[in-house]
Amino acid sequence: MLAIETIELTKDYRVGFWRKRPQRALERLSLEVEVGEVFGLLGPNGAGKTTTLKILLGLAFPTAGAARVFERDPRDVSAHQNIGYLPENPSFYDHLTAQEFMTYAASIFGLSDRARSRQVGLLLERVGLTDSRNHPLRKFSKGMIQRLGIAQALINDPDLIFLDEPMSGLDPVGRREVRNLILQLKEKGKTIFFSTHILSDAETLCDRVAILDHGKLQGCGELREILEVGLSSTEIVLEKPNRDVIVALEPFASSIVRTGNRVLLTLGVESDLTEVLAEVVRSKAKLISLNPVRMSLEDYFMERVGDNDAPPPGKAAAGMEPGKGE
Amino acid sequence: MIQRIRTIAFHTFKESVREKVLYNLIVFALLLIGSAVLFASISLGIERLLLVNLGLSSIAIFGLLMAIFIGIGLVSKEIDRRTIHNILSKPVRRFEFIIGKYLGLLLTLVVNTAIMAGGFYTALYYVERHLGHEDLLLLDAIYFILLQFAIVVGLALLFSCISTPILSAFFTFCLYVVGNFLGDIRWLGHESGSAIFEKVTALLYYLLPNFSDFQVISQAAHGKAVPSYLLTSGSFYALLYVTVLISASILIFEEREF
Amino acid sequence: MKQGSETRFRTRPQIWLCWLLLAGGFLALWPIQRAIDRRAGGVGENAEILDFHSGKTLRTLSLGHAGLLADIYWTRAVQYFGRKRIAHARRFELLAPLLRITTQLDPHLLIAYRFGAIFLAAKPPEGAGEPEQALQLVRQGIVANPGYWRFWQDLGFIYYWDLKNYKMAARAFETGSKQPGAMVWMKAMAATISAQGGDFQTSRLLWSEIYLQPETETVRRSALAHLAALRADQDIRELNALVIRFRKEHGSDPRSLNSLVQAGYLKAVPLDPSGVPYVLGIDGKITVGPQSKIDRYLLTEPSSPPEAHA
Repeated sequence: MLAIETIELTKDYRVGFWRKRPQRALERLSLEVEVGEVFGLLGPNGAGKTTTLKILLGLAFPTAGAARVFERDPRDVSAHQNIGYLPENPSFYDHLTAQEFMTYAASIFGLSDRARSRQVGLLLERVGLTDSRNHPLRKFSKGMIQRLGIAQALINDPDLIFLDEPMSGLDPVGRREVRNLILQLKEKGKTIFFSTHILSDAETLCDRVAILDHGKLQGCGELREILEVGLSSTEIVLEKPNRDVIVALEPFASSIVRTGNRVLLTLGVESDLTEVLAEVVRSKAKLISLNPVRMSLEDYFMERVGDNDAPPPGKAAAGMEPGKGE
Repeated sequence: MIQRIRTIAFHTFKESVREKVLYNLIVFALLLIGSAVLFASISLGIERLLLVNLGLSSIAIFGLLMAIFIGIGLVSKEIDRRTIHNILSKPVRRFEFIIGKYLGLLLTLVVNTAIMAGGFYTALYYVERHLGHEDLLLLDAIYFILLQFAIVVGLALLFSCISTPILSAFFTFCLYVVGNFLGDIRWLGHESGSAIFEKVTALLYYLLPNFSDFQVISQAAHGKAVPSYLLTSGSFYALLYVTVLISASILIFEEREF
Repeated sequence: MKQGSETRFRTRPQIWLCWLLLAGGFLALWPIQRAIDRRAGGVGENAEILDFHSGKTLRTLSLGHAGLLADIYWTRAVQYFGRKRIAHARRFELLAPLLRITTQLDPHLLIAYRFGAIFLAAKPPEGAGEPEQALQLVRQGIVANPGYWRFWQDLGFIYYWDLKNYKMAARAFETGSKQPGAMVWMKAMAATISAQGGDFQTSRLLWSEIYLQPETETVRRSALAHLAALRADQDIRELNALVIRFRKEHGSDPRSLNSLVQAGYLKAVPLDPSGVPYVLGIDGKITVGPQSKIDRYLLTEPSSPPEAHA
């Protein structure tokens, strides 16, 4: 069974004060998320990521098309028994303490008294909030709230977890912890649906990504394949090269950047690396570093999103098709 | 289902009962009631009457402010602060949420009213040195005040499903005021001579919440008991009207997107 | 030095200026407010506000808190009255409107009717000197609180003291005596005042009713005494008339009652209901004898006890 499935999902909002014009937030989005994978939904702000998430959680309703969570309609309350959700920039109740709030969440799920207190204690400790458990939430810093949000998303030991910008508000230590947490969850066989605009996070964690822009799916595929698409360029750094070697290498280099006594040359994929290296050795220039540069997720992203509405025509990289992966 | 409603009600109660604003309002109310003991000395022959009138009216007015204030926190605030996304993503039906919220807030009001009533009876005891049958009759008036609150919270709930906190408060207050005048509006329609106007005002009379049914403060202050038929029919009216309001809120809320 | 710079921060010119404006502003408010007060005529009632179409409108507007408003208006009425009294005023223009609004807000505020009527009826400078307005107020009270006998008492006293309308006073007392809970002296007042007003028949009737009612022995004795006095009154009136006739026909005053007997006006010197003969006083008026058991104070025209002579 698929954890998440959307079929030609379309969502229009009516905007405008007097005559409401429809604004299309999602257009015929079709996605599939397998059980056990970490799926990243990427896109610039306003792309429709949050809308998708809301529809999958039953907070908003599709104008056309369908969405399924564990093969159930998201409006079916039983579908929620098995999921966890961390909203973006969460805010909770001012006057409840962390403990009370977690207890509240746990009792909504119908956990027995014993299970409840055990889970609450465990999760608060997991996110490092045990010491603050009796403080009212209005006294919590942004990072603490974020951690509480993660804790409450896991209170029912869900099989599918929705995370909307999970790293926001966290310091590097916190981000590292969340990353580890996600990997741990993955190891346990959980499915994670992850929405973010921070590509480096997605790059580290996701199995598959989908890219959304202006409500349309611009690309979808396994991260592994995207990142192994091939070398895009090579960068070499020379120290105090003489003019001759620079001149010799100029035809190969797409860009030359001088910083202090170092020069960074970016060589195109087509350049014959062996010849370049031979030239460097011949000129006795000092080679500081040599780095193959693969296409990054950012490149893939910018390629897909850029500044246009439609996907760039015919620019499918090898193995990639806009649409369903695999 | 019951268990979920109960837990929502309980936690809503906890959350709203700790609002600073409520404490301030209660303190004000108690101060006012206490001061009634002093006011009597500048008038003539109305020590008990003034205390009772001032006490009951304070409870009514401050309670109304509380009802409106926490009422808008019911749904509007949750939508504004987006805490509602979190709770609705859990296995809770939308109607369970509405009912639980309502009950939690009603409980908050009952507790606050009990505190104010406690202060009131303390002042009464201080002035009269004993509490008699007449004073127990005042509980009827307090009960009717609570019935009004139940309806007001229902109104606040309904409006907060539709609009922003400020507008909800405004509409709730307006309906409360109009609801007190319904008798006169209907009479106006009767006297106007226009059949259409008369029908319209009659319709309004039955449609809008009739708060004038519950105005018993003056009566109770003079030691007249609220007749039992009024107690039962008033209770039923409040119950039915609240049911109507909650049903309407649920209908709106079920279709609401976030 | 850290210390120095901090102090410098706290004593910047802006800070000084703000404090100055704060203190100065507050101080300056005081004389300005007093000037306003002087012009506005001091702390008084604003008559236009009072003429609030009616207390009924105010009552509707009060959203169920009319009782409290009534208490407030009653307090204002009391304060207004007190202020006017202290100032030895002779006119209390706003008293009636204030009382009217008070009782419209709370028709069961009995004290407003009662004391209000007293304030209105009493002659200046003790009161407003408006007995008719007082009557109207009490009548409104009766309409709103039927069966409250004390209002009839209040009516009776206004008619009696301020309007000297004995007939109406007696009638008020009599009606009041029939209300539930009325004290027995209401009827007694009716009876006494009837007699004072010259309506002896009513008086006798009422006293007889009182006598026949199952009351305490004291009350019945009192009734008897009154009836006796009434009898004596009547006798005295008739005898006085005879004295006047004697004077006319004989040109001089009779020396005693015996003279009247000798002149043939009477068969014998009549006895009062206590069995004691009447006497002719030096003032030429008939009165009861010194041995009489009739209570002199109950006589309508009590005269000074006569010098002892027959």
